[in-house]
Amino acid sequence: MKAKLAVLVAVGLMGAAVGRAGDNQAIAVDGSTTVGPIAKAFAEFYMNRNPGVNITVSESGSGNGAKSLMNASCDVGAMSRPMKPSEVKGMEDSGRLAKAHIVAMDGLAIAVHPSNPLKGLTLAQIRDIYTGKIRNWKELGGPDQAIVVISRDTNSGTYECFETLVMNQAKMFEKTEYVGSNGAVRQRVMDTPAAIGYVGLAFTEGVKTVPVDGVEATMDTVVEKKYPIARPLFFYTNGMPKKGTHLESFVNLYKTEEGRRIVEDTGFVPVAL
Amino acid sequence: MIDSTGCRCRPSLVLDDRTRIRQRILETAGRWTLGAVTSLSLVAVLFIILFIARDALPFFRLRGLMEFFADKQWYPSGAPPHFGALTILYGSGLVALGAALVAVPLGIGAAICLSDILPFRARQAVKPVIEMLAAIPSVAYGFFALVVFAPALQERGGLILSVVAVALGAPLALLAGFVAGDLVADAVPEQRRGTHRVLAGFAVTITGLHLLGGLVEQLAGLRIASGTNALNVSLILGIMALPTVVSISEDALQSVGRELREGSYALGATRAETLLRVVAPAAGSGIAAAVILGIMRAIGETMVVWMASGNAAQIPQPWFNFLEPVRTLTATIAGDMGEADQMTGSERYHVLFAMALVLLVFSFACNTTSELILRRSRRKLRGG
Repeated sequence: MKAKLAVLVAVGLMGAAVGRAGDNQAIAVDGSTTVGPIAKAFAEFYMNRNPGVNITVSESGSGNGAKSLMNASCDVGAMSRPMKPSEVKGMEDSGRLAKAHIVAMDGLAIAVHPSNPLKGLTLAQIRDIYTGKIRNWKELGGPDQAIVVISRDTNSGTYECFETLVMNQAKMFEKTEYVGSNGAVRQRVMDTPAAIGYVGLAFTEGVKTVPVDGVEATMDTVVEKKYPIARPLFFYTNGMPKKGTHLESFVNLYKTEEGRRIVEDTGFVPVAL
Repeated sequence: MIDSTGCRCRPSLVLDDRTRIRQRILETAGRWTLGAVTSLSLVAVLFIILFIARDALPFFRLRGLMEFFADKQWYPSGAPPHFGALTILYGSGLVALGAALVAVPLGIGAAICLSDILPFRARQAVKPVIEMLAAIPSVAYGFFALVVFAPALQERGGLILSVVAVALGAPLALLAGFVAGDLVADAVPEQRRGTHRVLAGFAVTITGLHLLGGLVEQLAGLRIASGTNALNVSLILGIMALPTVVSISEDALQSVGRELREGSYALGATRAETLLRVVAPAAGSGIAAAVILGIMRAIGETMVVWMASGNAAQIPQPWFNFLEPVRTLTATIAGDMGEADQMTGSERYHVLFAMALVLLVFSFACNTTSELILRRSRRKLRGG
């Protein structure tokens, strides 16, 4: 109890100190590598507007973001998944309150060649294609052609998103081709009649997107949470940021016109307001 | 002292003490500066080896050698991760083999043509054009491979392969016919030579063309599902390695010298005999060095393979199936480096350095071999 009180006092004092420092403020962001680009772009934009503010963005993974927020070593925890109950409880135990801000949505369209007659796929079918269980388009009612499976490199947030939302820990089969960017996936799918790939929503021009579980991949279905291969991206803060602080306006940047444009520029979907 | 122009002046060849000391100092300083610059590049090489090894060894300490060299599963981001690099080592090897199959015959052929067959003027014009190939940035090759060549292989792969087969096979069949005719003519009495030569030549040429026809039939029916495969990058890498192979082999052929060629002609040898029996063996080690350096060029290339090899970590079935996508060491290092920082997964970081170390050891071995071969050939040509 005493320790808890001490933490509370310390946090209070820190808050007061930060408040008094006026314009010269530091905001530390830590967490997901997927949300990282948004956080970085926000930070760059915000620091340009407010030269006195120094924002540092570290990318150590969603779990580490939660941990950092728990022990107060960052102000904003960037996460590509919601906090687990254990993490929320951890926050409460250290006298803090986890407050989630959904800054953007991340959605992946399933892309095939425009000549492909495919009408739609289920999540399970997509997983079977990527694990190598379904290897020929004729198994899905298409022409007798071996499926050319194209994935982003394991290095990317896009891959990570696909891995969590579709693959469910299953391993991609060994004939899967890996390419280095969303644009390259589109290029390969556009050129290859037998190909299937997945791309961010901004990269669907020139390819045919396939409805998943009967839902088309559009900004709207992603925002309405109908489209299955989509997930919210979070900024977590300790309680609601105080009105008028830099932290508040930084975290709420996603609600502004510029913020929404930045989100789109980094390849994600701005949230509905 | 009176010099040749008859004018009286100071003796310029004898320096006074001050000038001599100054020149001595300058000379020493110059020598040391040059020495330092040279050792700087030496030190750089040492440091590269040192730092790559320093980051590579932790991987082997953490996961052991067996997984890296014998496991076929490459899932660096899986849970649990697998770091089997066997398929990737194989991919590098297969692509290098393919590039060698393209670059070696073409390169050596072009070098022989340049040094011994084309007139001097033509050679002056052609050689710079071949060397231009080395000046094209590799990302441009990669872009071509991905955007032009891969779709072409998918749409008209069979046709392209058959045309290549005919272009290479038909002259070969004809050549085989001529050689066979000559060989037969040598073995029979003089008065029947003509007919025998023609008959044997025809027989061999027709058989060759027939075999070629069968091959073309097979190739024409082929459908290539994915154009980003080992064949695509092998061809492109072969073209990229061509300037290396051509220039070094041509240098080797040139350094054989006129005396050997003239000696051979003087003994009544034809040009073909001179080339095949005298010049080529004499330049053999230089040509071998050219081949090794060309293969190194192919193995070390990153951008083209990252863009156009498909990057699938698999060993094709059957093993020589060039129409399957493969993954190479260089592409893996380039592609996986971003995610693999020291903070998130140290094994994932160190495994890339382990790959870099393998590449380094390999190219070091190749370089040393080619250096040794070249040194031996120089000694041999000097008659030592």
